[in-house]
Amino acid sequence: MLDCTPKEIIKRSGGMINPAKTCQPIGAMYAALGIHNCLPHSHGSQGCCAYHRSHLTRHFREPVMATSSSFTEGASVFGGGGNLKTAIKNVFSIYNPDVMAVHTTCLSETIGDDLPSIIKGAEVPEGKLVIHASTPSYQGSHITGFSNMVKGMVTYLAKATRDEKKEQVNIIPGFVNPGDMREIKRLAGELGVRLIMFPDTSGVLDSPMTGKFNMFPVGGAKVEDIRDSGNSKLTIALGYYASSDSAHLLERNCQVPAITLKTPIGIKATDDFLMTLRSKFVQEIPNQLEEERGQLVDVITDNHHHFYGKKVALFGDPDILTGLTEFILSLGMQPVHVLTGTPAGTLTGSGIFEKEIKEMLAAAGHEGRVKAAGDLFELHQWIKNEPVDLLMGNTYGKYIARAEDLPFVRVGFPILDRGVHSYLPIVGYRGAMRLVEMISDTLLDRQDRDAADEDLELVM
Amino acid sequence: MQLMKISNWLCEDFFRRDVINVSTAVPNDNLIMERQSSIQVKGGQRKNQLKCDVESIAGCVSQRACVYCGARVVLNPVTDAIHLVHGPIGCASYTWDIRGSLSSGSELYRNSFCTDLKENDIIFGGEKKLARAIDELVEKYESELVFVYSTCVVGVIGDDLEAVCKTAAHKHGIQVLPVQSSGFIGNKSAGYRAACDALLRLIEPPGGARPINSRRPVKSVNYLGDFNLAGEAWIIKDYLKRIGVEVNVVFTGDSNYRDLKKAPEASLNIMQCAGSMSYMARRMEELYSIPSLQISFLGLEDTAASLCKIADFFGEPEMMRRAKELIKEETIAVQPEMERYHEKLAGKKAAIYVGGGFKAISLIKQFREIGINVVMVGTQTGQEEEYQTLHDISDDGTVILDDANPSELERFMTEKGAHLLVGGVKERPLAYKLGVAFIDHNHDRKHPLSGYVGAVNFAREVYSTVCSPVWKYARETGGGLYAAENSELPER
Repeated sequence: MLDCTPKEIIKRSGGMINPAKTCQPIGAMYAALGIHNCLPHSHGSQGCCAYHRSHLTRHFREPVMATSSSFTEGASVFGGGGNLKTAIKNVFSIYNPDVMAVHTTCLSETIGDDLPSIIKGAEVPEGKLVIHASTPSYQGSHITGFSNMVKGMVTYLAKATRDEKKEQVNIIPGFVNPGDMREIKRLAGELGVRLIMFPDTSGVLDSPMTGKFNMFPVGGAKVEDIRDSGNSKLTIALGYYASSDSAHLLERNCQVPAITLKTPIGIKATDDFLMTLRSKFVQEIPNQLEEERGQLVDVITDNHHHFYGKKVALFGDPDILTGLTEFILSLGMQPVHVLTGTPAGTLTGSGIFEKEIKEMLAAAGHEGRVKAAGDLFELHQWIKNEPVDLLMGNTYGKYIARAEDLPFVRVGFPILDRGVHSYLPIVGYRGAMRLVEMISDTLLDRQDRDAADEDLELVM
Repeated sequence: MQLMKISNWLCEDFFRRDVINVSTAVPNDNLIMERQSSIQVKGGQRKNQLKCDVESIAGCVSQRACVYCGARVVLNPVTDAIHLVHGPIGCASYTWDIRGSLSSGSELYRNSFCTDLKENDIIFGGEKKLARAIDELVEKYESELVFVYSTCVVGVIGDDLEAVCKTAAHKHGIQVLPVQSSGFIGNKSAGYRAACDALLRLIEPPGGARPINSRRPVKSVNYLGDFNLAGEAWIIKDYLKRIGVEVNVVFTGDSNYRDLKKAPEASLNIMQCAGSMSYMARRMEELYSIPSLQISFLGLEDTAASLCKIADFFGEPEMMRRAKELIKEETIAVQPEMERYHEKLAGKKAAIYVGGGFKAISLIKQFREIGINVVMVGTQTGQEEEYQTLHDISDDGTVILDDANPSELERFMTEKGAHLLVGGVKERPLAYKLGVAFIDHNHDRKHPLSGYVGAVNFAREVYSTVCSPVWKYARETGGGLYAAENSELPER
């Protein structure tokens, strides 16, 4: 299918070929699903809502519930206020969530619907909440949308209600799988730190089989906990792009100090996460975690000769890539191409993605191509010009992997063609151990496949 | 299922049943008041009482999509076209290679091209960027055909797609066709129509459309509304060839620029997916005097009936003889396997929630062939006539519903004790959570469900999910360790 990708790189300015990102609302919808008893609502045409639900359903293989303002021509001419008011009435009378989380679309943004005013003027039942996030699809990416909805949670919900802060930490986990969120909670729990995680899609998008369909599964951050996040002693934002803005908003609004760390992928990022918790809350890292770290170092030692010098191309979401690049380097591999579709300059910082990755590569004595706001056509061209031994990224990488006959490890969002992944973490020491297994299995499977009869090794 | 039943598949309508009046109205708890008229129970209401083909209610969890989605699914299988989405990135991302439409040639259609509009483009207009994108893509891929899809935001900011496309077409000497598919201008059906309008412009001969009567190959048909999912169009092409009919071009499965151009030359249009293509068929009759037949190659009964219908149209005894021979041969070949599944599945109950009405009608018949009764049937975009047919062929007590939401699907599947749901992407995990088996009848599947081979695939797929050992854990114990704790689970 990608036979036509030319090797010669010519400057392009007319849009994307095979995108490495998608649009804001799906990120907002995913974040909203991380509130307990919350129904996400898409303020726009029905298609957006249907696409986001389908895409999330394919990745998580779980029911994804969300409503739509079902815009028609009338709404797009006269404004969508009426539709949203009807929707608010219907949502609470039919589905009865605690929270309705509204996000906009490119359509409702462009016609200029004023959501705060519409929401203020709507009849919201006693004790129920409507929150919103502005998520125009023509800015940023799904990561921006996630970040914006989490900011909405902070704006509408978080309150500082006491002078003294509580001995508890807020953790904003970023756009990661429910399995990752569980693991981050477990790590903090092992330290004995009381934590408030929001959003938290564990229990919502990895809910167990019960034989019943729950519109609102048992998981998700509870509203009272998100409220209480204004009283916490510290907020740890995991991932600059998905989590940092909301942490700083919470700092401004409720005077909760914020620290942004890498998504804890690999040894160093996990160390940083745990040491930050230790420095603020506890004296000791428990033996359990020391043991896990030791096991991780042990498996890397056992397998490092498989990794040494291997060239890798990585693509996906920026927060995942910064952690992954650091980890890949620590395995002795060489990330030669790192590309994200998310633009780097649309949030508070500008261009930090490329800078941060390049610094990591330089510190390890490597050079590589790094780009934000790129697409997979470009990544494919890079690979044609400098071939790699391994490709890592979301499902869409399979086209490149096939065209270039590359071993391919699926990581990130979305993964549409494999199951189970969303239950199992890639964060923390155990997540890193899983990554070591995935990478080495993939490389060794390829070695077995390619080996001549006489070279086939039993022990590798 | 005995061998004598073969006669039933030999072009006889054996599903004509009298309507019995049983007054079972739909109870209204947990339903949105406005939704009540979109739900009925066979035997409870008169058949023309179902409200359909209307806008969804704001605030519902609808399973429906938008105009762009409708246009994209129809046009996407044109294999050698550049499908360029003019809008922000999302619309292109979500439709990147989601169809299981196979190609015998170009793979260009499987890429995702988008103008990726940014805030500046929204403010100052996206026409220049669109023109640049077309230039760059045409240069890179050397295609003779570009479809430019309009999205919501493009419809609002008012980019002149016509003008940009016209200029680009002239500049490159190729066809660049705008598809007016802004998401909010209707529902999925409006998108089908937008796609057909683009196709009609594509096939229009230079000098304008007029009836083409001379030089028509007599037994050449266009096959409308098959998207060659998993090679389905190839299966049907082969059947038609065996009875002496040539397929001129398929709309749009495995089609390409050159073949589509020849469409006006056919002597008959046969139409599988009526929802997407009846407008196209009607217009082609007006413009080119090509008559059309509605057919269905889903299931043994419909496949046989359709082959006979086509042979009957051409009025050649030899063709009819070959059709009947084919039907007999193919039926006997699949009979043993079908009987095996029938034995295992007899008495099970199915629920249907699919995109269009015609597919739902075929599915009811197909389920009967393997001993399964349908207890709930609904569609996203079914039309009044289709709902009347659904009403006619359903058993008493069957719940019939339009534009359903997940709560309704859950409620009626549970109430009716369905063992199986057939639906699309979003319905699958809903069914599984209820311990209900599922089969995919969506446009991204990669196994054929058409013709005789499709009928067997269908039965096999139903069997593999309904009789999976997993339900032992899922249903009986609700996934938990202690079965007793979940004793209120409905029996299946």
